[in-house]
Amino acid sequence: MDSALAGAPVSGELPELAGVHWRRRVDEDALRRADRLWTLSVVAHTVPFLVTAAVLPLLAPVLAVVSVPALAFAWTIPALYAARGAGVLRPARRNAAVSDAAERRALGLLGDLLGHDARALCARTGLALERGVFGVWLVGPAGALLVRPRGRRVQCYCVRVTDADLPRADRVAHLLLALRADESGFATVANLTFSGACWRLRPRLPPPAREGLRAALRGARSAPAS
Amino acid sequence: MSQLIRMDQTGHTVLACWSPDDAAGTEAARAALHTELERGYLAVASEPDGTAVAVRELPADAELVILRRPIAGG
Repeated sequence: MDSALAGAPVSGELPELAGVHWRRRVDEDALRRADRLWTLSVVAHTVPFLVTAAVLPLLAPVLAVVSVPALAFAWTIPALYAARGAGVLRPARRNAAVSDAAERRALGLLGDLLGHDARALCARTGLALERGVFGVWLVGPAGALLVRPRGRRVQCYCVRVTDADLPRADRVAHLLLALRADESGFATVANLTFSGACWRLRPRLPPPAREGLRAALRGARSAPAS
Repeated sequence: MSQLIRMDQTGHTVLACWSPDDAAGTEAARAALHTELERGYLAVASEPDGTAVAVRELPADAELVILRRPIAGG
């Protein structure tokens, strides 16, 4: 992959796009389309169970015992998708090969890349907040959340640096720099793992990420609608 | 003074420093950048305003050029 990237033409776009040339570049329309598809998918998964839960007791009251697991399925399936999305901000395992000094040094560089408020948030949560064209991003070492304008919806992206031996903060910095260089390219290279309501995602996030999500929501709600 | 740094296992390493009126320093930074690009690193010029631009040549007026590894969808 490295050699392919070395030969890739760069005109401000992310060189990694050469590795996913079959994907259409993500834009606002593509994000909205993805949101609609995820909503349709959730409806398709839950409505049959909800109908089952509602209709069976009408046919025979004893069948109400089937309604309970049907309702559980209707709740659990979207919850599993949300849990998968929340996994992109799961705390990264500490690499034994990386020293404490390297972690501090990497955190210093990441702090230098961030503004005052984002730096303070990063010190508490290890996550980087970045306002983009598509919304407000919350970047971790193995993925990112995109809180869409007005904060009604969030998308989760699984994406990481290919070198696993880097300090945690450096892995965040890699993603942050790629995002800043080409937001659309970043969203194209990353894999979308969840799109849905913030309330569905929030309880499944680890506590530091929940704080980051609150900050991202504030940012998304205060931003002018596109 | 501008810096060329590489993110690596040590946190980061400063590979070169230069200023626009320092021809030798700029040339050394340019050579270091090309060496790292050939090793598979990607270069980003990071601006103080929080923007960043992917580069393949040394922007002599950039304050900070950072070398990073490629990213991929997980």
